[in-house]
Amino acid sequence: MAQVSMTVNGRAASAEIEGRTLLSTFLRETLHLTGTHVGCDTSQCGACVVHVNGEAVKSCTMLASEADGAEVATIEGQANADGSLNVIQQAFQDHHGLQCGFCTPGMVMSAAALLKENPKPSEAEVRAYLEGNICRCTGYHNIVKAIMAASGQDVSALAAE
Amino acid sequence: MSAGAPLPHDAAHLHVTGAARYIDDIPVPANCLHLAFGLSQSAAGRITDMDLARVRQADGVVAVMTAADLPFANDVSPAAHDEPLLATGQVHYVGQPVFLVIARSHHAARRAARLGKITIAEETPILTLAEALAANSRFEDGPRIYTKGNAAAAIDKAAHKISGTLHLGGQEHFYLEGQAALVFPQENGDMHVHSSTQHPTEIQHKVADAIGRPMHAVRVESRRMGGGFGGKESQGNALAVACAVAANLTGRACKMRYDRDDDMIITGKRHDFEIQYTAGVAPDGRIAGLQFTHLVRCGWAMDLSLPVADRAMLHADNAYHLTDVEITSHRLKTNTQSATAYRGFGGPQGMIGIERVMDHIAANLGLDPLAVRRVNYYQQGAGQTTPYGQIVEDFILDEMTDTLTVSCDFAARKAQVEDWNRNHPTLKKGLALTPVKFGISFTLSHLNQAGALVHVYQDGSVHLNHGGTEMGQGLFQKVAQVAATCFGLPLQQIKITATDTGKVPNTSATAASSGSDLNGMAVKAACETIKTRIAEHLGAVHGAAADSVVFDGGRVIAGAHSLTFAEAAASAYQARISLSATGFYKTPKLAWDRIKGTGRPFFYFAYGVAATEVVIDTLTGENRILRADILHDAGQSLNPALDIGQIEGGYVQGAGWLTTEELVWDARGRLLTHAPSTYKIPACGDRPKVFNVALWDGQNREDTIFRSKAVGEPPFMLGISAYSALCQAVQACGPTFADLRAPATPEAVLAAVMRTQAGQG
Repeated sequence: MAQVSMTVNGRAASAEIEGRTLLSTFLRETLHLTGTHVGCDTSQCGACVVHVNGEAVKSCTMLASEADGAEVATIEGQANADGSLNVIQQAFQDHHGLQCGFCTPGMVMSAAALLKENPKPSEAEVRAYLEGNICRCTGYHNIVKAIMAASGQDVSALAAE
Repeated sequence: MSAGAPLPHDAAHLHVTGAARYIDDIPVPANCLHLAFGLSQSAAGRITDMDLARVRQADGVVAVMTAADLPFANDVSPAAHDEPLLATGQVHYVGQPVFLVIARSHHAARRAARLGKITIAEETPILTLAEALAANSRFEDGPRIYTKGNAAAAIDKAAHKISGTLHLGGQEHFYLEGQAALVFPQENGDMHVHSSTQHPTEIQHKVADAIGRPMHAVRVESRRMGGGFGGKESQGNALAVACAVAANLTGRACKMRYDRDDDMIITGKRHDFEIQYTAGVAPDGRIAGLQFTHLVRCGWAMDLSLPVADRAMLHADNAYHLTDVEITSHRLKTNTQSATAYRGFGGPQGMIGIERVMDHIAANLGLDPLAVRRVNYYQQGAGQTTPYGQIVEDFILDEMTDTLTVSCDFAARKAQVEDWNRNHPTLKKGLALTPVKFGISFTLSHLNQAGALVHVYQDGSVHLNHGGTEMGQGLFQKVAQVAATCFGLPLQQIKITATDTGKVPNTSATAASSGSDLNGMAVKAACETIKTRIAEHLGAVHGAAADSVVFDGGRVIAGAHSLTFAEAAASAYQARISLSATGFYKTPKLAWDRIKGTGRPFFYFAYGVAATEVVIDTLTGENRILRADILHDAGQSLNPALDIGQIEGGYVQGAGWLTTEELVWDARGRLLTHAPSTYKIPACGDRPKVFNVALWDGQNREDTIFRSKAVGEPPFMLGISAYSALCQAVQACGPTFADLRAPATPEAVLAAVMRTQAGQG
C-alpha cells in the first residue's frame, strides 16, 4: 500500500492505495470521478485522457503514484466556475460532436490540451492531434468541426452538419 | 414544432461534462462482487478435467461456478438453446466461457480466472468456410435457395458470361463501452438488472430462466450504451445472466464487464462471407441472369445467423432489377466466435456482391461502371419486383443519382481521374458511385411492434418511456421530439427516462434501424390518447367540440378559452381523468415467408448514393480516401442533425469494414487481432478530407412517424463506394479485372495490383 496525494480539479485528494493502482482506477473508484472512461485498457483509444500538470495523458496506463503531488484535471472540472459549459464543451454540443458519448470526455480533454499549445490549429493539425482518440460513432467530422469552432475559427466551409 | 428540428443529442450536456452514467459508473454497495469468466484455450474438444483449486484460493475470490453449479437454465442463446453460459463437457471456440469467478474486485476476478487448469481432449477444429463446407458443418438441413425466373437458362443465352468470387471479411463492433451488466438482488429473490443492451426484454427472459423464476421477477433497465451497432443485441446475455446467478448465490450486488481483449475474444462479430457469382450479361451491360452462392461463416452457435443470412439474400439485388436470379445461401458452422448482428445485419454482405458484379461487368465489357449500374436500376413505377416478389414502389435512385452526380461534379472529376492515371505510373486514383436500397422492417415479422408509456403530471410535465434503447443514435431525443410535437410543448417539458421492462413489456430489440419508426409511433399513440381525454374534458367544460381543441405553443385552446398545458392537466386531474396512457404500434402491410422466400418482408426501402474518390500507391498498396459525397434519404427527417451524424458515422464505419478492419485467426482458431493495437478501426485521419453529406428532400411514401425514414443502418452501405473506388484504382493498373478482396488492406491492394499488372485477373 502507498499513500498518494494530488490535486484533482483544484481539490486536494489523498488516499492509501495499492502501488499498482492505475490513475484511471484511482479517479473512478477512489474519487468516484466516473467521467474518465476506460475503453481499451491499453492506452490506444483515448477515452481515459486527463491532464497531469497540464499535459494530456492516458490515465489507464499511468500509475496513480506517478501522479503523486501533481495537478490533475478531469472532465468533471472543465465547466466554467458558474457551472456553464466551457467553450470546447459547448462546441461539442452545438456541433453534434458526439453520439454515444463514451469517447467524449477524452476527446474534450485532448481538445483542451491541443488548443492550449496551438490556439488556432488547422484542420490537418486537429486531425493529427486526435489520432490517439478513437470514436466509433461519428466518423469524426463533427468532432473536428467542434474543435475548430471552439478555437474561434469559421467552420461554415466544413460542409456537412 | 419540435419534430424536424436539428437539436443536439438529449444527453449532450451530460456527455461533455462526464456526468452521463454508463453501467460501470452506477454507484454500487461496498460489498458488490465482480465477475470474470475463465475461457477455453482450445477451439474444439472435450473437457476431461477442470482443476480450479488455485482459482478458489486466489486473493479476493468468493466463489467459482461451473456448469454443474447452475441450478436452472444454462443458456444464453437468443433462440436456439445451443449456447450455454458455461461450457458443458464440450468446448467450441477459443474464448468460450468455461467457469465463472466471483471476487471482491474486478482485478481479483480477472487474475484468478487465469489460474484455472482446464484439460481438453483436443479435436480438429473447423475454422474456415472451405473446411465447414467440406465437412457439411452447417445450420439448417441444407442451403436456403431463393429463385425468380430461370437464372441458369438466362445465363446460357446471354451474350457474355462473367464469373468470380469475392472474399469478404467480418468486422468487430468495437463499441467504445465494452459489454457490461450490474445486478442488484431484491427481496424475495427478484432481480434488478442494469445492462448495456439493445434488447432488455431478452435479458429479462434469459435471466428469469437462469434463476428459475417468471419474467415478472426480473426488471431490466438500460439508460444508455456506449455504442451498440448490433453487438449488444444478444452478446450481453452472458454477462447479465452471470451476474444474476452470482447474485442469487451470494445475495450481493454483482457486476461484470469485459475488458477490451476479453470482449473481442469472447463476443461475436459481423459474419464473413465468400460470395461466388455467375452473371449472364447483354452487350449494354444489362444483367440477363444471375446466380449467387453465399458461404456464410456463422461460428459455433446459431445466434442470429439465419435472419442475418436471409437479409444478405434479400439485399443481393440492391438497386437492380433482376428478372432471372438464383441465390443460394450456406450457413456454415465453425469453431470460432458465434457471428452476430452488426449494423446492416447481412444486408451489406448481400449488397456488395452485386456491386462487385457491376464493376466486373464494366471491366470485362469496357463500359463505364456507373452506366452499367444505371442500365440495371429498377424503373420507377414499372411494377418491377425484387427477387422475393416485393414490388419496388418508390424507386427514387434515378433522381438521387442525377442530383449527386451534378453536386459532386462526377463526370468532370471522372475525366480528371482518368487523366491522372494516364500520367502517373505509381499513384493511381479511382472514383466510384454506388447506390443503396435497404429494406426496412424486421424480417421476423412479429418483431415489428412497439409499446410506450406516457404520464402527464399535474404540473404539466411529461414522463416519457418506450421500448427502444439509446446507443448514441439519438433515438431518445427523436422520440421526445415526437411527444413534444404531439402535445405542442417545448422539449424541456418532456422527461426522457431509461428503458425499463417494468414500464413497457415485451419489447423487440432496438435493431433493424426500426427504433424511431416503431417507438415514435407507439409514443404518438399514447400522447394522442391523453390529448383526446384532455380535449373531451375541456371541450365539455368550455362548450367546444373536442376535435376543435388545439395543443400548441405550450397552451391548450378550447373555444374562446386558452389555458397553459399545466392548467389543462390540473383541470383534467381534478375532473378525475386519467393522464397516463400506453401506446402500441405494429407495422402494417407485412407478409413474408422466409422458407419460400416470397412476400413483402419490408414496409418500405431507404435509399442513398455515395461517390468516393481514392488514391492508391501501387508500390506499397497504401491507400487514402480523398473525398466522399453523399446524398441520403431519411424521408421527412425527424432531426436532420442526428440523421446526418448517422450518415457520416455509418459511411466511415462501412468504409472501415472494407479497408482497414481485418480480423485474423491463427491455425488453432485463436483470434490474433483482439485489441485496437492490431485491429484498426478508422481514426480521425482516415476520414475523407472532403466530406459532403446532404439529405434527400422527400417524404416517406408510407405512413411512418411524420413521414420520416429509418437511418441507423442504410448509410453504412454507402461505404461500399470506397471499396468500389479502390477496385477502379487497381483496375487502372492493368487490363484484367481487379480481383480485390475485402478488407482492402494495403497487402490486399498490393496483391491485386500485382495480379492486374501481370494480367492474371
